[in-house]
Amino acid sequence: MYVAVKGGEKAIDAAHDWLAEERRGDRAVAELSVAQIREQLALAVNRVMAEGSLYDPDLAALAIKQARGDLIEAIFLIRAYRTTLPRFGASAPVDTADMICDRRISATFKDAPGGQVLGPTFDYTHRLLDFALAAEGEPGVSEGEATAPAPGSADSGKAPHITEFLNKDGLIEVEPTSDDTPPDLTREPLEFPANRALRLQSLTRGDEGFVLGMAYSTQRGYARNHAFVGELRIGTVAVEMDIPELGFAIEIGEIELTECETVNQFKGSKTEPPQFTRGYGLVFGQTERKAISMALVDRALRWQELGEDNQGAPAQDEEFVLSHADNIQATGFLEHIKLPHYVDFQAELQLIRRLRTEATAGTEAGA
Amino acid sequence: MSDYNFAYLDEQTKRMIRRALLKAVAIPGYQVPFASREMPMPYGWGTGGVQVTAACLRPEDTLKVIDQGADDTTNAISIRKFFERTAHVKVTTHTAEATVIQTRHRIPEEPLTEDQILVYQVPIPEPLRFLEPRETETRKMHALEEYGLMHVKLYEDIARHGEIATSYAYPVKVEGRYVMDPSPIPKFDNPKMEMAALQLFGAGREQRIYAIPPYTEVVSLDFEDHPFVASKADHSCELCGADNAYLDEVIIDDAGERMFVCSDTDYCESRRATQQEDAA
Repeated sequence: MYVAVKGGEKAIDAAHDWLAEERRGDRAVAELSVAQIREQLALAVNRVMAEGSLYDPDLAALAIKQARGDLIEAIFLIRAYRTTLPRFGASAPVDTADMICDRRISATFKDAPGGQVLGPTFDYTHRLLDFALAAEGEPGVSEGEATAPAPGSADSGKAPHITEFLNKDGLIEVEPTSDDTPPDLTREPLEFPANRALRLQSLTRGDEGFVLGMAYSTQRGYARNHAFVGELRIGTVAVEMDIPELGFAIEIGEIELTECETVNQFKGSKTEPPQFTRGYGLVFGQTERKAISMALVDRALRWQELGEDNQGAPAQDEEFVLSHADNIQATGFLEHIKLPHYVDFQAELQLIRRLRTEATAGTEAGA
Repeated sequence: MSDYNFAYLDEQTKRMIRRALLKAVAIPGYQVPFASREMPMPYGWGTGGVQVTAACLRPEDTLKVIDQGADDTTNAISIRKFFERTAHVKVTTHTAEATVIQTRHRIPEEPLTEDQILVYQVPIPEPLRFLEPRETETRKMHALEEYGLMHVKLYEDIARHGEIATSYAYPVKVEGRYVMDPSPIPKFDNPKMEMAALQLFGAGREQRIYAIPPYTEVVSLDFEDHPFVASKADHSCELCGADNAYLDEVIIDDAGERMFVCSDTDYCESRRATQQEDAA
């Protein structure tokens, strides 16, 4: 006999208890501390901060722990927390030319003032599992004098932007300057058409995988834009804020950023001579895959302002890219289909039965 | 972390939502963009409805939350608990006792009154979305009252299937102007939308709010020769005997035997309670 499906409340509580137990795992293994995650899973922490739009390594590490390492779930925890925080002001724009760089490379010039600084990169590692790490030993340091330098120790760490050298020769477009307050995606509904500031805001907090895929599609010919990495820099910048009571700006903290400027081909249009154009990426933390992807997609989305053809490529389609870049929106809507849909499904059942009855009756009548 | 504001959202956010609600009530069926916030439950779980409810709730309110017509589905429980915790309001499962009812996919069977607000959770607020994926285009279509595409779609259904093959989220025209998505309620519920209560619709992920004020004309789209029919399973409830209520079909054994029961659990239980009293 049918018993009404009761007990949802008990089921939820039990599920939460079980989840907590699973999160902890085998109690014979020491528990991870938030500090360990922050220090040793720093790139995961960076991604959570970038896509969570909240620069706080401790909270990001806590979110990763609570989410059992599911980064999208961790990003969600950060977003939900962030939304409750009051806004007490806005910082002055950060000046990335003053960045104390840990890493700064250019793929367009062999050398430039400030030099090529490799920094802590996976780029030239051989991807061989290091079983010494499994033995929980400290990894070997390469022979010779190569020890890790103190962060930002590449000379003063400060370096001029490489695209500025192209700018001097008029070979690259000049970015229009503006003191307008940029729109805020987290306080205003997203409406189209969006301006570049809003697009960049959406991309920097967009899902890394999605933005990577979009960028990759431009490289494979869907709105190809011939990108060179003019410069990629990672380091810390000061965040300054005007304090009305003081009448001047003071430094309120430091954040780590990854900035990517691409130099892209531009054949010129009816009104413009051939010139290099720019794509731009700026992301919290050391997140260079994301920053480069962002720059490529930014450049693809600029087709209209540059007078290029719309090739109908996904990466050129602002509405398509911006509407689908947010992984919290995407995962929520995707996963909600596991919620009950009895009522809709029942309506569909009735409909299909009726249509089938009519179709069968029609066939029989025809026969 | 215990000091969240009443009903979770801060007052400024509530004010922003209330402004959108007022605009929505002033232009029935029009989708008002609003700066939807991230909520502590995922998009798709009713974040739009939750934000609208949070903006409407007063400390003296009594809240009812249903999902698929039932008070005891897991997500309804979760949302009800959320407001119990953050707003300390009274909660109920009885339709008549509630001042605010948040719903997913159903309208209660019991007629609502002028003192009640019905808040719908909406996944895709745009009725034209699956005909035209671009928001820039669909907003233009609404502005120009350009609904030909929708009528062509309904006509094509009839040409192909002999009837309009939309069984839920069946589009309506509100007060002779805007075509509106009633959220995925079964079309059985469509006629109930002309009601005494205020109906508010919240789509969190899509950042839209819309409304139907009390006693507003709501017409399900149809053709003269193919009039709209509010259909349901051709059975009556096997628990309470109701023959005019929307029914869930439940598989009851391994042989696939079915039984039909009210989807509105409160309606069904009240009827059974009355029947027992009468019998006693």
